[in-house]
Amino acid sequence: MPFSTLSDLKARLDAGETTAVELAKLYLARIDAYNGELNAFVDVDHQHILDQAKASDAHRAKHGARELEGLPIAIKDIFCTQDGPTTCCSNILKGFHAPYDAHVITRLKNAGAVLLGKTNMDEFAMGSSTETSAFGPCRNPWDTARIPGGSSGGSASAVAGGLAPAALGTDTGGSIRQPAAVCGITGLKPTYGRVSRRGIIAFASSLDQAGPMTRTVKDTAMISAVLCGHDSGDSTSVVDAPAVDWLKACEGRDMKGLKIGKPKEYFVDGMDAAVRKSVEDALAKCVELGAEIVDISLPHTKYAVAAYYVIAPSEASANLSRYDGVRFGHRCENPDDLLDMYTRSRDEGFGDEVKRRILTGTFALSSGYYDAYYLKAQQVRTLIRQDFLDAFDKVDIIATPTSPIPAFKIGEKADDPITMYLSDIFTIALNLAGLPGMSQPCGFVGGLPVGLQWIAPAWREDVLLAAGSAYEAATDWTTKAPASFGGAA
Amino acid sequence: MSWETVIGLEVHVQVNTNTKAFCGCSTSFGAEPNTQTCPVCLGMPGQLPVLNMEVARKTALTGLAINATINLESKFDRKNYFYPDLPKGYQISQFSIPIVEHGYLDIPVADGEKRIGVTRIHIEEDAGKSMHEGLEGVSHIDLNRSGVPLMEIVSEPDMRSADEAVAYLKQLHQLVRFLDVSGADMEKGQFRCDANVSVRRPGEPFGTRAELKNLNSFRFIKQAIEYEVARQIELIEDGGSVVQETRLYDSTKGESRSMRGKEEAHDYRYFPDPDLPPLRISQQEVDGIKAGMPELPGQLRARFESEFGLSSYDADVLSQTRELAGWYEALVAAHPADPKRCANWMANELLGRLKEQGSDIVDSPVSPQQLAGLLDRIADNTISGKIAKDVLDAMMQGEGDADTVIEARGLKQVTDTGSIDAIILQVMAANPEHVEGFRSGKDKLFGFFVGQVMKASKGQASPGLVNERLKELLKG
Repeated sequence: MPFSTLSDLKARLDAGETTAVELAKLYLARIDAYNGELNAFVDVDHQHILDQAKASDAHRAKHGARELEGLPIAIKDIFCTQDGPTTCCSNILKGFHAPYDAHVITRLKNAGAVLLGKTNMDEFAMGSSTETSAFGPCRNPWDTARIPGGSSGGSASAVAGGLAPAALGTDTGGSIRQPAAVCGITGLKPTYGRVSRRGIIAFASSLDQAGPMTRTVKDTAMISAVLCGHDSGDSTSVVDAPAVDWLKACEGRDMKGLKIGKPKEYFVDGMDAAVRKSVEDALAKCVELGAEIVDISLPHTKYAVAAYYVIAPSEASANLSRYDGVRFGHRCENPDDLLDMYTRSRDEGFGDEVKRRILTGTFALSSGYYDAYYLKAQQVRTLIRQDFLDAFDKVDIIATPTSPIPAFKIGEKADDPITMYLSDIFTIALNLAGLPGMSQPCGFVGGLPVGLQWIAPAWREDVLLAAGSAYEAATDWTTKAPASFGGAA
Repeated sequence: MSWETVIGLEVHVQVNTNTKAFCGCSTSFGAEPNTQTCPVCLGMPGQLPVLNMEVARKTALTGLAINATINLESKFDRKNYFYPDLPKGYQISQFSIPIVEHGYLDIPVADGEKRIGVTRIHIEEDAGKSMHEGLEGVSHIDLNRSGVPLMEIVSEPDMRSADEAVAYLKQLHQLVRFLDVSGADMEKGQFRCDANVSVRRPGEPFGTRAELKNLNSFRFIKQAIEYEVARQIELIEDGGSVVQETRLYDSTKGESRSMRGKEEAHDYRYFPDPDLPPLRISQQEVDGIKAGMPELPGQLRARFESEFGLSSYDADVLSQTRELAGWYEALVAAHPADPKRCANWMANELLGRLKEQGSDIVDSPVSPQQLAGLLDRIADNTISGKIAKDVLDAMMQGEGDADTVIEARGLKQVTDTGSIDAIILQVMAANPEHVEGFRSGKDKLFGFFVGQVMKASKGQASPGLVNERLKELLKG
């Protein structure tokens, strides 16, 4: 039961075999039992969760079921919620209670979902390991000495460990897909502009996008159908985005006629050989399903990480200026004057990685450096976008490894930010291009999950879901769960 | 050798929309601190701006009125700096591509008109207010103004004296009020000016400029610029040089002091705001805005002169504001026979009385139709112009329209020859020596008789008739 898919839980609820309250109690018990070990959740209000579940059962009885009626969904601590604290796992926001729900939280509530607490993350979503959290590192249920990926590591760990059937994450440079990959679950980053960012604490506004983290492709579709849609309160939310029939897109069981691009820049020396083999095996399976593999090139890939680490910190340096100790969040004790209040509040409130990125971004935007860094990075971004447009002239979809390596050990890379940044090497480019991407499990290396990443043209999430569903149906990776958490590995 | 002054102005004009630039909060002035705020203008986590398109339309209208280019696609940028009344730690502004560029304003100067270039008009949001006065050890912040829309109107360095700068500002002030894009109330900070001032020898390149901040009345602007020009000339003539700096003018002391030098100048780290897509406005929409443009002061002045035959002085007075012009046109519509009489009575009598009351045309207790009613009675000789002034006084006091006052006070003009002759004969009988004097050639005494007759008739005798009959009867 704790490793059931969202679709199964929905079927059982609809059949009257269980209730929202029973599900809430089940997952709360799992959280009580295992969160001490995983540190996947940073805030769980039992009573509030049970109250939501009761209200959902009552709604079902009186008015019938809504799309996600009674289904528990864990929420990354980056989404503002009226109930409980929202901290982005930063000391600067400890104790902050937002007086509003993020737009997508409203959508989940209106669909009848039960919000199952807040999950751990890298501070302000800056990281690939969930080690920079002010609440301490989160752990990977497949090996608790290892990281669950990041920044949405708490959400990935919760779903992989059976502490939640599904979760929300956000993805700025891979923060949904990379943790999904290293925790052996499925994660979707929709096209930029498909999901409202309102009420989601901003990291890098031109890259951030929320999405679901689930056990299966169909489960991502169920949640996406609720999350996606125009919001007049977010000027970057696209008004006339081409619609997707989310559930219908998951009916694909073969890949006949599908042209899958295999970019040579994503299969390189230096990546883990076993990871590479898992992904190549997955592509072989796709060929069995009728797909054609086309070798392609995305020539500007090698500049993606550098461009990202200029653009994202630049935007972040401005986005994080509002944490100044004036109106909310942490303020230092007894400041001497205004400057002292600013510098000490921010010094005490932000962790090292966040400071590193604020400094990087501030530098990149400074007078005299803007052209060499920010402007150049934006030009690279245009080239990367063009690479993908050219590729999609030849292929329907692109397949790559999600992460070049499986989950590494906690602390292993904490002191080496550059190596840490390279764990996003395969996920970053599509954020720069605004494209949709999905990671799904495609094997294990030494008992650790490996992720297969799909990339589609803008607004063609249906192509991702169709390919992912066909692959999923032909393999059994999504049925695996970590034995030490009661699963069948 | 003489010095030439070079002045460029940056004017922040509050756009008079009902709601703020990027959220739905009210922009009304004078509310309790921090009551007109929401998570967006408080800069709360995750909150996003959505442009109030009315701000763009009003800015485009202003641009069209100064013959500028309207950029159909402009961009928003973030201007980064820390200050407690700036909630997000950056101000949303337009840096690289403003909505309006390359316009001009013709200003009146001694020998005609002078064209002043307007480099650009861009949209930005205002910050809140910090309050330090009367507080010990703390500062208070009011964020009601945070996010209120502003147009920043930047001129070319085309002005050559403080008087030209003031003329430009007055012209601009009148324009934005005419266009109904701003209340432009300087006391409420709705029209704020910074001046870039430098001096040079004629024909030489521009000198180093100082930026003067905090100029919040036309008088202070003139004083501040003149002070700055004198300071710079003295500095250079004493062998020194002007440094690039920002100076704050203290109107009570009549002097300025350095606020920050070039080294301390902010690096605002402008970059495109990723929360806001480019601002797009269609040519069709621009055409629509243009079609809806009200007549501008210059056009009105010209029309009042040509259509109604007004003096350039009256035409100027009556085209000062939209309200004045509208009032005048309503008056002419109700008293079409004599637009010049309308202008005289409105400009001199009505506005004079309103000014004494410290009141404005919009608060006039007499309507255009009521004033027309009074002018009608002058035209048909029911009352004299002199009596009409008393009637207007009574009307201003709320005693009713012209006919009511004339009736109630018995002010109807005496127009029958018999009664007037009787008064004249009385006056002549009482002043035989003056009659004698007049008849012996002292023509000036005629005025004395007119005065005496009018006085005896309590002003009600028709002056024309009095003149006519006096001439006749004095002949003897």
